[in-house]
Amino acid sequence: MPVRPGGSCGVDEVAAWFKWLHETSGIKLTIFYDSYDRARFLKGFATTLELSAYCLVLSMALGALTAWLVESRIAIVRNCANGFVQLFRNTPPLVQLYFFYFALGPLLPKVGGMPMLGSMGWAVVSLTLLEAAFVAEIFRAGIQAVPKATTEAAQSLGYSRSQIFRLIVLPLALRVTMPAMTNNLVNLVKTTTLAYAIAVPELLYMSAQIWSEQVNVPEMMVVVLISYVAIVGVITQLMHWLEARLRVPGFGQ
Amino acid sequence: MNKPDVRFDVMLPLRLGAQQRWTSDRSSGGSLFTLRTGAWLLAMLVTSVAVAQVQARDSNASVLDLIIKWTPLLAQGFGFNLLISALAMLLGTVAGLLLGFARLSLLAPVRGSSWIVVQFFRNSPWLVLLFFVMFLMPFEFRIGALTVPFPDWIKATLGLALPIMANFAEIVRGAVQSIPTAQWDAARSLAFSRRQTLWQIILPQCVKRMLPPWMNWYAILTMATTLASIVGVSEVMTVVGRVTAAEGRTDLLIPIYSYVLLWFFIYCYPIALWTQRLESRFAER
Repeated sequence: MPVRPGGSCGVDEVAAWFKWLHETSGIKLTIFYDSYDRARFLKGFATTLELSAYCLVLSMALGALTAWLVESRIAIVRNCANGFVQLFRNTPPLVQLYFFYFALGPLLPKVGGMPMLGSMGWAVVSLTLLEAAFVAEIFRAGIQAVPKATTEAAQSLGYSRSQIFRLIVLPLALRVTMPAMTNNLVNLVKTTTLAYAIAVPELLYMSAQIWSEQVNVPEMMVVVLISYVAIVGVITQLMHWLEARLRVPGFGQ
Repeated sequence: MNKPDVRFDVMLPLRLGAQQRWTSDRSSGGSLFTLRTGAWLLAMLVTSVAVAQVQARDSNASVLDLIIKWTPLLAQGFGFNLLISALAMLLGTVAGLLLGFARLSLLAPVRGSSWIVVQFFRNSPWLVLLFFVMFLMPFEFRIGALTVPFPDWIKATLGLALPIMANFAEIVRGAVQSIPTAQWDAARSLAFSRRQTLWQIILPQCVKRMLPPWMNWYAILTMATTLASIVGVSEVMTVVGRVTAAEGRTDLLIPIYSYVLLWFFIYCYPIALWTQRLESRFAER
């Protein structure tokens, strides 16, 4: 049986090619042949994904809660939920982040000499609140889009209120909100770059470190841009696939 | 036996009014405002000032005094933000209009390449684009013997105009395509050229449709101008940083950040409200 070169060999060849590229053309892509830079870049990439994932899950939960509170019968709860949504939608995300990290951060008690929440923690908190405000609006619109006739029909078939919500309204509303959710997810990934400002080691931050040490600003810039466009592209494709999978024939378009 | 010809779309109609809202960007606002939100922010500011006041030692100046003392400087910084946002919007709109036309071109290569440009600038983070422009553009231009300086804030303006350009191009394309094709045919039968049709017949009708999303993007852009502080332009956030460093008081942090948040809210919220009103007014017709 012929022996295929192992995985590391492939990596070595790629590394050799990029080294050659650097020597011949001056294009310096250290992340492909310098193991330290590669590790940093991959860590940044992973942190960006991690940050996005945390914020996605938490903001969906908080957004759903807010969407529910916005419809509350108690005026003060409703107003607080509205205030939260409008506040976070109409102020700059960067100022929000600074507010949390620089103004609220020092107020938290320290655990064992270390702050309870590091920069990553505050980035998650700040971005989650921002996204939750958007998600709440999306959910609200989705629930409103389910026609009253549908819920009335379910009622006449003997469904209880919670059953109607769980079995009729929610499945339809979730499908209806899919395009907006895709948009929102893309925006979330793009907004994680703000975490750079409070030194969260995400993709942009790590890349900035690499380009300031290796002095390869143009190359790293292009790499960063392509990375983000790639992440966004993959997310969009996944969401389109999911949307197609979940489609109810005849519902919607 | 024949299959019963039952169409589900008859059974599960969708409210179209709501549907249209999701196709627009996330920025299209909710319709649930009460003036209480502003009151809320104000309350936050007042409370934080009050708390700081109580905590403050007698020898120190009160937080309120400090905020009043620094307000002119902060206002200057904020004015700079507004200047950057206005210039970036102007640039982005002009460039976006051209790019939008390119998206509608009859030539496939122009259409394709402009699609790539639009996708690229729409899908990359603003901050990364800002870095891109800041680092890769020269700090001065030489035209013959004349040296034109190219300061940081102009570069930041250009960097912020790029995503606006791409997004506005999509707005233009969407608006032009929303005009019935019959109008193109009618104009052609009246011997209008393609350019004439676009400028004299289609675009005037599009303005109305483009205005609400355009205003939305302006509000987003205004909020994004704070990003310029990260790349070293002295706008309001930079000023805040300097003020807190100069005063060196931790009890100033919450009030001053709330104060800046309030300013942005007061500026951006009316735009959001106005956008909604325009949207609903145009939707009725």
